[in-house]
Amino acid sequence: MSDHSWLTEFPDMSRRELLGIRKALDGTYRDFSRAYGDQIEAFFDPLLSFLIWFENLLLHTPWWLILGFISALVYFLSRSWKLSLGVTVSLLAIGYFGMWEDTMRTLSIITVCTFLSIAIGVPIGILMARSNRAQSLITPLLDIMQTMPAFVYLIPVVMLLGIGKIPGLIAVIIYAIPPVIRLTNLGIRLVPQETLEAATAYGATPTQRLFGVQLPLAMPTIMAGINQTIMMALAMVVIASMIGVKGLGQPVLKSITNQYFTLGLLNGLAIVALAIMFDRVSQSYAKRAQRHLGDNQNG
Amino acid sequence: MDNSASPLIEIESLYQIFGSSPESVLPKVKQGMSKSEVLAETGHTVGLRDINLSIRRGEIFVIMGLSGSGKSTLIRHFNRLIDPTAGKIKVEGDDILTHSAKDLIQFRRHKMSMVFQHFGLMPHHCVLDNVGYGLSIKGEKREVWAEKAKEWLETVGLEGYEDQYPSQLSGGQQQRVGLARALCTDAEILLMDEAFSALDPLIRYDMQSQLIELQKKLQKTIVFITHDLDEALRLGDRIAVLKDGEMVQVGTPEDIILNPVDDYVRDFAKDVNRAKALKVSHIMSSKEQQVRDCESVDDLHDTLSTSKAVIWTKAGMLQGVVTARSIEACQNGSTDSPIEHTLSVNEGDYLQKVLPLALSSSNSILPVLNEENQITGCLTHLELANALSPKELEA
Repeated sequence: MSDHSWLTEFPDMSRRELLGIRKALDGTYRDFSRAYGDQIEAFFDPLLSFLIWFENLLLHTPWWLILGFISALVYFLSRSWKLSLGVTVSLLAIGYFGMWEDTMRTLSIITVCTFLSIAIGVPIGILMARSNRAQSLITPLLDIMQTMPAFVYLIPVVMLLGIGKIPGLIAVIIYAIPPVIRLTNLGIRLVPQETLEAATAYGATPTQRLFGVQLPLAMPTIMAGINQTIMMALAMVVIASMIGVKGLGQPVLKSITNQYFTLGLLNGLAIVALAIMFDRVSQSYAKRAQRHLGDNQNG
Repeated sequence: MDNSASPLIEIESLYQIFGSSPESVLPKVKQGMSKSEVLAETGHTVGLRDINLSIRRGEIFVIMGLSGSGKSTLIRHFNRLIDPTAGKIKVEGDDILTHSAKDLIQFRRHKMSMVFQHFGLMPHHCVLDNVGYGLSIKGEKREVWAEKAKEWLETVGLEGYEDQYPSQLSGGQQQRVGLARALCTDAEILLMDEAFSALDPLIRYDMQSQLIELQKKLQKTIVFITHDLDEALRLGDRIAVLKDGEMVQVGTPEDIILNPVDDYVRDFAKDVNRAKALKVSHIMSSKEQQVRDCESVDDLHDTLSTSKAVIWTKAGMLQGVVTARSIEACQNGSTDSPIEHTLSVNEGDYLQKVLPLALSSSNSILPVLNEENQITGCLTHLELANALSPKELEA
């Protein structure tokens, strides 16, 4: 071996080989999406119609009705006049600056994403808490989902489903679901051993243990996970707008390409306002629901 | 209680080995390889080794040992919170290890209840719901179990606390809730895992007294785990001493104190207040040589010449203790009666209680009476002294 170039340069594979791999993988995936794309799209159709229905509901209901409903809901969940008033004022300001419709669109997709994340994430978290094997398989997946740049997994999603609400929704959920899974798992694993043993010793079935002891006691942790999930979903609004999700993200995207600072700032602030709303309401609800765990100890 | 003699729970050659493949290590453990050898050679921990127990209906059976002796592991086998590596656990003759998951749940719901060291209450349920937990998961209606739960809360002295949450109660109160929860299911067997160890000494004493009172009424079979010998002696009808996962000695409280089988048990028994733990019946000597039944004091003369003092009974009734000196004193006219003293002690009394009386009775003997006032034995200073400071302790 007279050629010692591998000492100075990394002995990488040739361009042709790499191209071969890329072509093969891309080709396979393209064939897959051509063959099954329609079926997969059809699978998501009910979800799409629900998304559209929910968005239309928010858009076509008179603004004052929605405002009243949201304020009432916030009060019902948090029992705090201050919070309810703050939400009303921010929504009024958002409307006054002409961002009502975009905000409603964002609100609708975030709400749907959150509920879907909870519906998918909590059972996965429970599974992880029950089996160490499941935990060791799923944890690296969650790591990838959280660190892989969103644009990268947007590519296959768009290839498969085109641009639109569903790919946007999927991208948001992939990015936002890990916290609720992780913290459900953690919350259940942190339930005191003796409390669980007590349930078992008195003859609780696995289902009674899960719904009677593990989930209720894990709830503060799970709520923290849900809170994080909502925040991360909101953070994805701008990226989702790149694949055609309407809402507050699109004006922001427009401002970046056209250097409209004020437009970007206003829409950014609207996202922040939504985030704070969700955060404070979910937190104060969680705190209220868990009052027995702390506050008034006298022992 | 006619079948009180037959064992309710039997444990036969129970082994528990912790590690990746306990079965492969079991033969070595059975051959007698020591705990440290097993750990060094295979990386497995021997939790319990060849445990054999039989627990009778209606007794308080105390399992005692230091931390790490495997006592909490052992009690978790009784209701299969932990499954053994090998062995049999029979309750009323049924091997519960053969129970299916479904049967096991029924077994736990009806046969056993458990009290935990750190209470194991449900923090998100109020006190009443905690007490009724065992019944509510059986599917009983709330109206039914709430009534029972209230009664038990009253019994343990916590009426009025129904709507509080466990975090609002003190440790002692929380454990009363734990006890009420265990009693509320009406299970025959009560497992108590260091139930009073987390409580401060005064509360612990109160709880022990309460348990003793309750047991008089309820006659449950109680398996009680503790590391505290005083507690074991106070509560236990029988005590099993566990050391490094092995059963060292099983016996009555006085057995443990008076006949420890090895240094480990002796060490345990060393610091015990013997006057508080031993009863007169444990140390008294038989009555045959000391009791004379006759019509008159004069008939005692022959016996008195050979023995320093006799207990004189007339038609089975205790008259008093007579000594040669007391008769002499009476004949001299310095006393009215030939009887030295008429003191007596009860066989159920603790030594602590009879000590002052025994010391005041100069150098003679004390008759021991049972509950029907019949003489069952006698107590001398020597016996008392030997019991309170046995020779091996002085070394």
